[in-house]
Amino acid sequence: MFPDDLRYSKEHEWVRVDGDGATIGITSFAADELGDIVFVEVPEVGAQLSQYGSFGVVESVKAVSDLYAPISGTVTEVNGALAEQPELLNTDPYGAGWIARVTMADAAELEQLLDSGAYAELTSG
Amino acid sequence: MSVIEREATGDQSGRGAAFSGAEGGGELQVVEPLIFAASRRGRRGVRFPAASERASAAAAGQPGIPAAARREVAPGLPEVTELDLLRHFNRLSHLNHAIDLGFYPLGSCTMKYNPKVNEWAARLPGLADSHPLDPAELSQGSLELEWLLAELLKDISGFAAVSLQPAAGAQGELTGLLMTRAYHRSRGEGEQRTTVLVPDSAHGTNPATASMVGYRAVTIRSNERGGIDLDALRGALGDDTAALMITNPSTLGIFEDQIDQVIAAVREAGAIAYMDGANLNAILGRFRPGEAGFDVMHFNLHKTFSTPHGGGGPGAGPVGVSERLAPFLPEPLPLLVAGDADEVRRNAWAGQSTDGARFALEEGGARPHSIGKIRAHTGNFGMFVRAYTYIRSNGAAGLRGVSDDAVLAANYLRVRLADAYELPYDRICKHEVVFSGRRQKREHGVTTLDIAKAILDHGMHPPTIYFPLIVEEALMIEPTETESLETLDRFAALMLDIADRAATDPAALKRAPETTPVGRLDEAAAARRPDLRYVPVRE
Amino acid sequence: MTYTPHTDADREQMLATIGVGSVEDLFADIPPTVRASRFALPDPLTEQEVRAELSRLADRNRIPRVSFLGAGAYRHLVPAVVGEVIGRSEFATSYTPYQPEVSQGTLQSIYEFQSLICELTGMEVATASHYDGATATAEAALMACRLTRRERIAVSTAVDPQVRRVLATYCAGPGIEIVDVPADLADGGTGLTPVDAASRALDDTVACLVAQQPNFFGGIEPMADLADAAHAEGAKLVAVVEPTSLAILAPPGSYGADLVAAEGQPLGIPLSFGGPYVGLMAARMDAVRQMPGRLVGATRDAQGRRGYVLTLQAREQHIRREKAASNICTNQALCALAATTYLTAVGPEGLREVAELSMIQARHTAQALEEAGLGRRRFAAPYFAEVAMQVPNAAARHAALAAHGIVAGHLPERDYPDLRDTLLLAATELTRDADIDGLVAALRATR
Repeated sequence: MFPDDLRYSKEHEWVRVDGDGATIGITSFAADELGDIVFVEVPEVGAQLSQYGSFGVVESVKAVSDLYAPISGTVTEVNGALAEQPELLNTDPYGAGWIARVTMADAAELEQLLDSGAYAELTSG
Repeated sequence: MSVIEREATGDQSGRGAAFSGAEGGGELQVVEPLIFAASRRGRRGVRFPAASERASAAAAGQPGIPAAARREVAPGLPEVTELDLLRHFNRLSHLNHAIDLGFYPLGSCTMKYNPKVNEWAARLPGLADSHPLDPAELSQGSLELEWLLAELLKDISGFAAVSLQPAAGAQGELTGLLMTRAYHRSRGEGEQRTTVLVPDSAHGTNPATASMVGYRAVTIRSNERGGIDLDALRGALGDDTAALMITNPSTLGIFEDQIDQVIAAVREAGAIAYMDGANLNAILGRFRPGEAGFDVMHFNLHKTFSTPHGGGGPGAGPVGVSERLAPFLPEPLPLLVAGDADEVRRNAWAGQSTDGARFALEEGGARPHSIGKIRAHTGNFGMFVRAYTYIRSNGAAGLRGVSDDAVLAANYLRVRLADAYELPYDRICKHEVVFSGRRQKREHGVTTLDIAKAILDHGMHPPTIYFPLIVEEALMIEPTETESLETLDRFAALMLDIADRAATDPAALKRAPETTPVGRLDEAAAARRPDLRYVPVRE
Repeated sequence: MTYTPHTDADREQMLATIGVGSVEDLFADIPPTVRASRFALPDPLTEQEVRAELSRLADRNRIPRVSFLGAGAYRHLVPAVVGEVIGRSEFATSYTPYQPEVSQGTLQSIYEFQSLICELTGMEVATASHYDGATATAEAALMACRLTRRERIAVSTAVDPQVRRVLATYCAGPGIEIVDVPADLADGGTGLTPVDAASRALDDTVACLVAQQPNFFGGIEPMADLADAAHAEGAKLVAVVEPTSLAILAPPGSYGADLVAAEGQPLGIPLSFGGPYVGLMAARMDAVRQMPGRLVGATRDAQGRRGYVLTLQAREQHIRREKAASNICTNQALCALAATTYLTAVGPEGLREVAELSMIQARHTAQALEEAGLGRRRFAAPYFAEVAMQVPNAAARHAALAAHGIVAGHLPERDYPDLRDTLLLAATELTRDADIDGLVAALRATR
């Protein structure tokens, strides 16, 4: 139900590792809870993220949620498409709805995150 | 799916196919065209006289407006006739539901009947044409009315002093917290008291107001009976607490039956006890917050005291305070500067003026600890006239009867609907009752939103939905005291019917509303690609 | 006189359904120690009695025969059609449009209001209104602080004193510091905000410059230059404007204002001893997510019908709670509707007529006083429709005239101690030549 190649935080963000960079976004569970997403406040390129720190905001018609970084690192790229199409977070949260790419500060942090099975358990309660 | 087929660039306003110059140019159907559609070059409404020759000649002797400061292009306001304008707004008005048309059981809003004699009073030229900065001698009527209204509100609430200045309940809250801050500073505790405690059932304005004043809002959970959890409150209270903001009865419609202990705990911690007075309609003549030990409360004249909601305002949010906060009230207060207060009141209650009585606004700087002005002038005077008229019409017995009947009606609906809908707090309520649509959602996939939309097809307004946040799929019903038993029964019958249909025909509920001028609107598109104004096409 | 419909039989039936013996049982959960000990209000009144009481109070006011008083609230014609529209129950007794399907009347009229305010001000987005001009200005200043992440604001002393006091109150909460920019109020001075004084007050810690056009004394400020001074330091210009003047004066959007606030009372709203009035706020679209207050947007339903909804609500208190841009819950919907009706009733030509007649009669007044040797203009700069006249012994003469039903404008010395012997006189389209004659004659009869 949740992609196996990703790691997940308890705050419903995901991480995909490629080399010593990583891509982060929010899970389909989070997007469903929020409803139709209307706006995403993304970090700036060069911003320093620390694990579990707030790095942006997601707004839907009826709710607002902070984004919490699943890992620490420096932002190298942000998804410009989200400005025009915030609904990508609803329709393709693990693909075209990615939020930011970061260089990882400490790969060991990934150990603290959940795999797809554990995340599925967390969200089924 | 986007609203209009056009490039998505920044400001989407007014450039869609349906909005250009002439109406109906695109695929959208329009219920009522914008006023701009009736605009034609050269059409006039109200006209004004020309200046006399003498006036123009005299004016020529004074400096004109420099060219650089002048407008180059006239504003794109529509050019319409008075008839077209009136038809347009009349047709628009037909698209609204209103108290004067049907039931409006919005919890927390107190949608009671707005008496028309209040409107008559507010339109009296002697009151409507009174300039706020006229010399006091010319404004004795306005000043006396404000003074008398404050006296009435003091009596109703048991507070020592009242300011009418705040323009709305939210502004009343801001005033209350600004006074709280000033109070703590005056005692050298301004730096240490940084938090405001707020129950998890609180209205969103409470934590928002706390932020505006630089406080951190700390949420206190409710207990299983729907009141604030006293242990949790005691645990959170400390010498860093500036205030507790609590609504009583709570937003669940339940009276805080430990309110005496709550207030005692707050005061013992050296903090200010703030009561959100939104639910005053439940307790008139039964509970006077000032007497019970609260330090400050805001009134909502547009809820309890029948001033009309106007589609979203104007309202008025006067505040009552205890002695210890009185020095901090906004300025200027209207004062009785000559005459005996008891005599003036006695005479006014008998419909008479008092010889030799004189009113005036406080001198600037008279109360050095005042938090200053929260808005221009002394407040929403037009709403004071209406509220004063309402309170004088009802009198003591009438107002007590308001709460009796409001509480009776809400409990009646509670019992009528308790089998069909989940009642999270199964106990006597006050003027409003909160149900949960959770059963309908779990068993049939029908949400509280669907229930609300279904009600719209029956000439009634739905209850407040999804508030308070601590109740899943919340439905907050406040009938008020001005609805007949037949109306209450019709509403109950409708709600029971909807509960049945949730089981037998949920799809119909999800299509609702079907008989209103428009159906469910795409709010996501409205927020993603905001179209917030019409840009007239220039010839 | 009460408005509840219940008979004793109705009450008995409800009590029986609830299963309690009396209404008292429904209040048994109020702890005895906090039950109300008294409720000493007057007796109820019937309609004719309450009307007599309100008439008593109305008659205790003396509405002046002749008035030149402005100072932030202006006596304009309220066209009869305005009262007709806002008197409709469907507008007056409806609630905030949270269920848009049955609120299209309110929502569309707000969309039209937002559109008209943008046209008037030359800006890109306008809110559904605020409590009054003073609070709209305060909200705009706080918004500028959020946009720039700075914690100080610069305010010209030629901004309306009540607006400045409200600014001070709103800034106290978040600890925003206010720096005064002294206007040139010396006798014979410009009566305007000197651009170099503004520049001196601005630096990269200041979020905005707040300047009023026309200013409190009616003076026409160099707004474009003030905008440049603000922008040079990365600060915003908050322009506080008077709506009828925008028929004649350059709109703030054209001279670089970032935020606009205004008191909308002159647009079809009676004086009513200070309220309810209506605050206007406008900005550019790139700042919309930091804007406080309600916004109405256009959209469609599933059947392809155009409709309007409250939008961008994630900014507001009921969702954002402690992170909201402001705590605002109400706007001033019915007053905004009055303004919308007024603007469409007078149209661009009518508004221009109002502004021009106001300007001519203000100049006529100043000229008449000067020619009669009763006073002279205190400030050199051109003015819109309000003018500060130097008149010897102004305060005493003002009081003497008031006793005879003539209000000779405003005495600014209450807020500006150096402006003794000054009358601030405002004219509108309602100012008649005979009123000016009356003022001159009355002043002549005093010393």
